[in-house]
Formats: sequence, C-alpha cells, structure tokens
Amino acid sequence: MKELALMKGNEAIAEAAIRIGVDAYFGYPITPQSEVLEYLTLQRPEERTGMVILQAESEVAAINMVYGAAGTGKRAMTSSSSPGISLMQEGISYIAGAELPCLIVNVVRGGPGLGTIQPSQADYFQSTKGGGHGDYRLIVLAPASVQEMADYVELGFDLAFKYRNPVLILTDGLIGQMMEKVELPPQKARIEEFDQSWVITGKTPDRERNIITSLNLDPDLQYEHNLKLQEKYRSMNEDVMFERIGCDDAEFLLVAYGSSARICQKVVDIARGRGKKLGLLRPQTLFPFPTDEIARLSRQVKGIMSVELSAGQMVEDVKLAVNGKVPVYHYGMLGGKIHSPEDVLSAVEDKFIGGL
Amino acid sequence: MAKARGAIVVDIERCKGCQVCMVNCPTDTIGMAVEVNGKGYHYAYMENPESCTGCTNCAVVCPDGVITVYRVKQN
Amino acid sequence: MKEITREENLVYRRTPLMTDATLSYCPGCGHGTIHRLIMEVVEEMGIQSETIGVAPVGCAVLAYDFMDVDFSQAAHGRAPAVATGIKRLWPDKFVFTYQGDGDLAAIGTAETIHACNRGENITIFFVNNGIYGMTGGQMAPTTLEGMKSSTSPYGRNNETMGPPYKITELIAQLSGTYYVTRQAVHKPGPVRKAKKAIRKALEIQKEKKGISFIEFVSNCNSGWKMTPNDSNIWMEEHMFPFYPMGDIKVDGKLVKG
Repeated sequence: MKELALMKGNEAIAEAAIRIGVDAYFGYPITPQSEVLEYLTLQRPEERTGMVILQAESEVAAINMVYGAAGTGKRAMTSSSSPGISLMQEGISYIAGAELPCLIVNVVRGGPGLGTIQPSQADYFQSTKGGGHGDYRLIVLAPASVQEMADYVELGFDLAFKYRNPVLILTDGLIGQMMEKVELPPQKARIEEFDQSWVITGKTPDRERNIITSLNLDPDLQYEHNLKLQEKYRSMNEDVMFERIGCDDAEFLLVAYGSSARICQKVVDIARGRGKKLGLLRPQTLFPFPTDEIARLSRQVKGIMSVELSAGQMVEDVKLAVNGKVPVYHYGMLGGKIHSPEDVLSAVEDKFIGGL
Repeated sequence: MAKARGAIVVDIERCKGCQVCMVNCPTDTIGMAVEVNGKGYHYAYMENPESCTGCTNCAVVCPDGVITVYRVKQN
Repeated sequence: MKEITREENLVYRRTPLMTDATLSYCPGCGHGTIHRLIMEVVEEMGIQSETIGVAPVGCAVLAYDFMDVDFSQAAHGRAPAVATGIKRLWPDKFVFTYQGDGDLAAIGTAETIHACNRGENITIFFVNNGIYGMTGGQMAPTTLEGMKSSTSPYGRNNETMGPPYKITELIAQLSGTYYVTRQAVHKPGPVRKAKKAIRKALEIQKEKKGISFIEFVSNCNSGWKMTPNDSNIWMEEHMFPFYPMGDIKVDGKLVKG
C-alpha cells in the first residue's frame, strides 16, 4: 500500500534516508537545510534502523566523518547549504580522489559569501565542474519536487556505489522548504552484507591491507589514476536522466532544472495555451549532462533559452551541447529572488519574437 | 650468577647509520662500520661482540627496526 | 656467535606487522620507533584484523606503507573526524589516528578538541617534534620560543608569532578524555614506558571508556639541523622542560597539569 505524507523537501530527504537504510548521517546546521538534521534527530533513527546520526563541529568535520564512514563500505551522507558546501570542498575532493561512495545534499541559498537564505541555483558551476581542487566530477542529481527529493536518496546511493563516486543532490531552499505530497519508500533494514573487498575493516590474513587514500606521490601512478577517473566520468553518461515536456513538436526550447523547471513548466503551459510551440527539457542529472539530447533538440528548434536562478551557469553547458546550431539565451534571477512565469514568458517572447 | 651472552644481527641494507643504537648500548658493543651499505650509510655492527649481553636496548631504540637480538644464559 | 644467533635464543625481532617497505623517515627519526611500538602492541594484543589506522598529512603521510593494518588517509588535520566516522560505523574495531604537531595542533585543532570532547572511543597518537618536518622545517604551533625554523629564521618571537602551546594539557581538561600522557622514544627506558602507554591506550579503547591520547615528544634532526644523537640531547634539554614527560590524566582523572 502506498504511504503518503505531506512534508517539507528537507524532511523527505531525511525520512527517505531512514527508510532506505542509510547507515550514517553527519551534518551541521545551516539555513535552509537544518530540517534534515533536526528531523533525523527527532525521529530516533538509531532505534528505527540503527542509523548513526552525529552533529559535527563544522561542515569540515562533517564531510570528513562521511569520508571515514564511507571507507567502511557503508552508506554515509551529509547535507548542507551553499556556504557549508564550500567548506566541504576539501573533503569532497579527497572523497572523489579516494573513490568513495557517499551522498551529499546541497540545499542552495543565494551567494556569494554569506549571501542570503533565499533559494538560488548559483552553485551549478561548483557542483558540476568539480568544486574543489583537482580533475574530478560528482554525479549531480537535480530534484524538482518533494517526491524527487525522497526518491533521489536511494537513487543517489545506487549511483554512488555503482561508480564508487560521491553523488550530490543539488536542490535549493525553495524545494527544501516547501511542503508537498510525497509517496514514501517502504522501510528497509540497513544492508548488513556488502562488498568488503576494498573497505577498511581490519586486515585479515587472507588479504593485503586495504588503504583508502587519494595520494600517489609517483606521477605515473597519479596520471594513471586520473585517466581511470576520467574514463569513469565518461561512462556515467549511461545514467543521464532528463524529462521532456512538450518537446515533441517544440519550435523553441527552455532548459531548466529544479525549482526553475517548475516555473518553466507553467511558462510552457501558458505559451501552449496561446498556441505557441514551446518545450521544456528538464535535466534530472546535471552531471552527466543531457548533452546529446540537447544537441538532438537543437536540430529541431529555432532557439533555446536556459532559465536559471543564477547569472548564467548551466547556459554554458547548453551552448556546448548546441555548438552554435541555433541561438542560445539565458534568463536568470539573482541573489535569492525567484522569477515568475510571466517574467520568463516575456523574456521568451522578447528573444523569440516572431516565433512565438 | 648466571651471565647472559648476546648477539645482534643488523639488517645492513636497511640501516641508516643514525647511531642511536650505538650511544644507547650499555656495553659499548656497537660501532659504525667503516664501509657503507648500498645507500651510502655507515651501518651499525658489533664492534665488540664478546661484550654483548643481548639486552635489546639497541633494538628497541632503532627507528628502522633493523636489529635482531639473541641471548643465551651462561653459568 | 653462530651458536648464539639461533632461533631458540631470539629475544627481539622487528614485528612482522611492520611491512618490508623502507621507512621514508630521516635517519634517527622517532617516527619509525613509534610506528613499530604501535604495531608491536597490535601484534601482542592479537588485534591486527580489527585495527584501522588513520594517516595524517605530514611526514607520516605514508604511514600506511609501513604499518600492516587497514588504513585511511586523512586530509591535513582531519584525522579525528575521519576516525570518528570509521569508529561510529565499526564501534567494535580499534581505530587510531597518527598525527604530527602541525596536523593535530594547528590546522586540525577543532577536530582534535571536539573528538576529544565527545570522548570518541579512539586513540590519538600525537607526534610532537616542534616543527613542520615534511614541508621543510617551518614553525609549528609547538615550536619553542626562540627556536629557529624556516619561517622563524631569527627564532620564534612569542610577541609577534604567539607562543607555543600544550594542546595535550588542554585536551586533558575535557571530560571526554580518559587517558592522556606524554612520552618519548629516544632511549630504551622511555621506549619501554611508551609501549606500556600504547598498550594501556588500546586496552582503554577495548573497554570503550573514552578517548586515549598519547603525545610523543620526538626529534626532527633534519629540521633542527643536528645529528640524530645531538637532537635527542637537545630534545631532553629544551623540549622536555616545556613538554614534561608522564601521565596527565589517568582513569579519567587529572594527575598533573
């Protein structure tokens, strides 16, 4: 039987984490994601599933606790918001370098600096291009509803373990704070039997010691390691996810993710009501990016607009995918403000004048 | 009284010639070789083997763990 | 001599829990001795298959090449947080960090203090040689007043650079710490005492009584620009008065400081 609940996006992540049997959460309070840690501590998951919950002394410590926990082969996660995620970048780089699976949630707020606590999508570059030092990528999932917030926790861990790579859920204060109906996954036990061949458990006589490290002082080894990582990142393309809304006959295309995609869906509805063939491509994975799909659509449409709550970040990836075939525009809102469907529609009409 | 006689075996190629064993030997058994090992270090050796009591002091202070110690009790 | 060096007369050999890799440390450096003592205790307790180390950044960054137990490398200063993550998920395993003074007492101060305050059931091995060895002898939080380093070339000036501090006495004040002691490994007597302290620390971890913290005041003959034996004498004359040997907290009770 379906189990429905009305909850905040942040709470949905926390409840889903308990239900899919996540082993550990390490976090630190920051608006607008504190509900994740609050909900987890309130729910006593240590009694429900044996899940470990710990409020760390900082985001720096939290991500390093995740790093340590991930090395045990168990499922560990953290969550934060933009300034806290910036603090975690050192640890995330180490986790990527050491090829550890884990889940990180960024409930983005406006920046730069302390910025604002209002929603934003200005952490796109940081999320999809590596974020910390070195050549690495995270798998980036972009939920657009409370339901997807819940669903992407298990998906995130599945992908994290498939590739032994950190996975980031890139959401924002809007989806984190809003309440929606959500179908919760059934309660599962934590996984007791798992692949321990590479993890730190204590060296037994039948194997060499296992070492979790991102260090290779020999440049030849580090070169080989980097090649292997790049091959892994390329292979992630098979897990690209996107939603096509009104794309089949679209003459103009919007590309938007997360909360901005929700607004764009309304824009498409309004435009279609006026007989204008507007479509929306909603990336659900931002890395891997739906480059091929956008390239295909660029042969069909007359123009594309990337709509983001930023000064124009994803638009660069859209342009790379379109590769000059049709004009690519950006419409954005900055600093925690949110655009209305009318704002977007008028921008679309302005750019695509004559077409719409 | 029973007197112990000892002997040490130095892993010559691992010895870094730091001399910490030498100054900690209570019976002046250890000296540093005139020759060098493959890495160019003057390695430790038993300069006065008859005085070794097998006390293990040299081995426990050796940072590189290159010294093995043997001991027999003699009447 | 042949009749002495027989298997039945063996009284000391390098523990097989040290790997065959040649230690990357300078001649006479205490790191090798401390590694070996930890592995001797792990061997004697029969806990190799339950022991997980956390390696620092610094000279001991490659500690996992030398100690034959599972290891996780940590970012600079983060070892106590990494160890917390491991220990919370493997509460029955033995988890230790191995950290230098820059790692533990400068960049990792927050992680050190909070892991100690929470009383994580881990063991912290803290090697204090008063200098950043790996990066070439820069001033550390534990560099003595007046001591020269590559970033205090005229000697540490407490007025402008701040004085050295005793993080071991500081963390002993925290309720989460159960056993806090300061040891050395430059002479046979101290080595044997240090080994007993390591054994005690790991026994405490077995009993889940809280964090055990062992500082080893050690030498850095390369960084101090002395021969190994001169550096050990200098250490006794200069380091030990500021960083006195012995237990600071035993069975959760302060005994000194």
